[in-house]
Amino acid sequence: MTKQEALFNYTLRLGDTSLILAQRLSEWTGHGPFLEEDLALTNIALDIFGRAKSLLEYAAKVENKGKTEDDLAFFRNDREYFNALITEQPNGDYAKTILRQAFIDCFDLMFYTELSNTKDATLVGISQKSIKEITYHKRHSFSWVKRFGNGTEESLTRLQQGFDELWPFTGELFEMNEVDEVLLKDGLAVDLSRLKAVWEKEIGDLLNESHVQIPESTYIQTGSRKGLHSEHLGYILAEMQSLPRMHPTAKW
Amino acid sequence: MGRVNVEEVFEAKLAKNDFIEPKDWMPENYRKHLIRQISQHAHSEILGMLPEGNWISRAPSLRAKLVLLAKVQDEGGHGLYLYTAAESLGISRDEMLNALLTGKAKYSSIFNYPTLSWADVGAVGWLVDGAAIMNQVMLQRSSYGPYSRAMVRICKEESFHQRQGYEIMTHLSFGTPEQKAMAQDALNRWWFPTLMMFGPPDRESPNSENALKWRIKRETNDQLRQRFVNQTVIQAEYLGLTIPDKGLVWNEAKKAYDFSEPDWAEFKNVIKGNGPCNKERLVSRNKSHKDGEWVRAAAAAYGKKQMEASLAA
Amino acid sequence: MSDSQGPLWEVFVQKKAGQPFVHCGNLHAYDKEMALQNARDLYTRRGEGMALWVVLSDAIVSSSPEDMGSFFEPSNDKIFRHPTFYQIPDGVGHM
Repeated sequence: MTKQEALFNYTLRLGDTSLILAQRLSEWTGHGPFLEEDLALTNIALDIFGRAKSLLEYAAKVENKGKTEDDLAFFRNDREYFNALITEQPNGDYAKTILRQAFIDCFDLMFYTELSNTKDATLVGISQKSIKEITYHKRHSFSWVKRFGNGTEESLTRLQQGFDELWPFTGELFEMNEVDEVLLKDGLAVDLSRLKAVWEKEIGDLLNESHVQIPESTYIQTGSRKGLHSEHLGYILAEMQSLPRMHPTAKW
Repeated sequence: MGRVNVEEVFEAKLAKNDFIEPKDWMPENYRKHLIRQISQHAHSEILGMLPEGNWISRAPSLRAKLVLLAKVQDEGGHGLYLYTAAESLGISRDEMLNALLTGKAKYSSIFNYPTLSWADVGAVGWLVDGAAIMNQVMLQRSSYGPYSRAMVRICKEESFHQRQGYEIMTHLSFGTPEQKAMAQDALNRWWFPTLMMFGPPDRESPNSENALKWRIKRETNDQLRQRFVNQTVIQAEYLGLTIPDKGLVWNEAKKAYDFSEPDWAEFKNVIKGNGPCNKERLVSRNKSHKDGEWVRAAAAAYGKKQMEASLAA
Repeated sequence: MSDSQGPLWEVFVQKKAGQPFVHCGNLHAYDKEMALQNARDLYTRRGEGMALWVVLSDAIVSSSPEDMGSFFEPSNDKIFRHPTFYQIPDGVGHM
């Protein structure tokens, strides 16, 4: 694997993760639990779509085949998508959506902070912008997890249920493959193995404060690094890509 | 000390183009009229999130997706500004939401039409927001302070909405033949419903007289409708699209277009609840509200605990 | 007024450091942190501010329209509170 191939795949991984997460979050727009929160979550989706756009723009540039970010978003199949499995999981209720967000915000803040110290100027630039956004996202999602954990019996039950459904997908976030190895040699990627303990500590504290029971050990769902997804991604792409694929020569 | 005649003070303020503020004395009918008008306006913004929201997941480019998402979010924000303006008149948001969810409250009939293609997102921005802006620009000078201030804020934010819609129409109209057909089809379906947005003709508008007297409205439905038509014809011409009205002709004498009246029977029917999407829209709103019930209850319980903890500290 | 949408709050935005906080609107929120976050998401979407205050609407004490005369008119004739009331000779520079 060349460095260019690795960087392309790495940038897709980040771009796809942002894109699919934002696509999921934006399903809430117009359907939030109350008006203020509808707007708040949409703000978060907007930030993450924006990041997806920047990352895919860069991926297209790295690939150097004359494609645009839209070509990459709308004309790749599920096997060519590398978003983390957790992002494509259905939103479920608001507790599950918020908890997924807390898991990812916590990971992303550490990840993009590290990435901002690497050597690729474009990724550093995107990271610096993202850190500020994610700091706020995390404040939002963490405060809601605490509300659910310390709100009513029902909210705690739902939080625990969301946790049980999502927890098996969190391990994959730290998975590394040849892509990471190639880039790490040149200081172009983040060593994910160094993030795991800190993430577990922070999330563990949050969950303790929110009275969520964490199992001793869990089987980890994995596959996205190889483009192997759950059944959900196919539907997301079918919907998201339908219009450009129906009119492949059209400009929008 | 002679008692001030509150009614005279109120009338004097209107005469001087002064604003009426929440704590000022106001006639009960003025208050009622405002509550009805502002809450209907708020409901329209909230319901208006649905037809456009229908296309967020399918927006055909990342840029289009960002813009549409921001726009739908703005509608929610506008609903919120308006709800709080109405709340200053002594009605709670719960009461207003209940009226909406139970189908008692009215909202703009336009949002009961479906968005069938991406071009509809363009047409809604161009025509529906274009029509809404005419109304809203006028309402910035409405006599009730909180309403007027909300409208100033809304107008500032809305300014990109109509442009966004027209930009979509431009891409489609100068795009592939299929795209152009999509744009024409959307114009065909949205033209007359948009004209209905200004409300019934002046000869039949029961609320207009008081609204004008109180400066809650400042122009009549027909005046605004005429202005909208005059402004929109040239925009359609630029796109190479045909406005679906054979009666549309320039009238040199009145320096304005003559145009056919919308089908007022259809208008009344949609208002009554029989539009293509009335039921769906309300079902969707009710579902979101119901799904959010436990979230609000949890937040309220947590907020109460926080408050107690800070009092105990 | 408290309802299932949470209590009402007043939002004040400071546009730039050093400037006064200006009232910009209301929102509903169930606790202080939420009120602050909602204010950020609602009233600073277009870069309108650098700092925020939120306060429960119930905590606001306001004058009423009947107070207008007794509160504010007495200050109208205190023209000696304004610098233009005083005559300063030419040639002593800016004061």
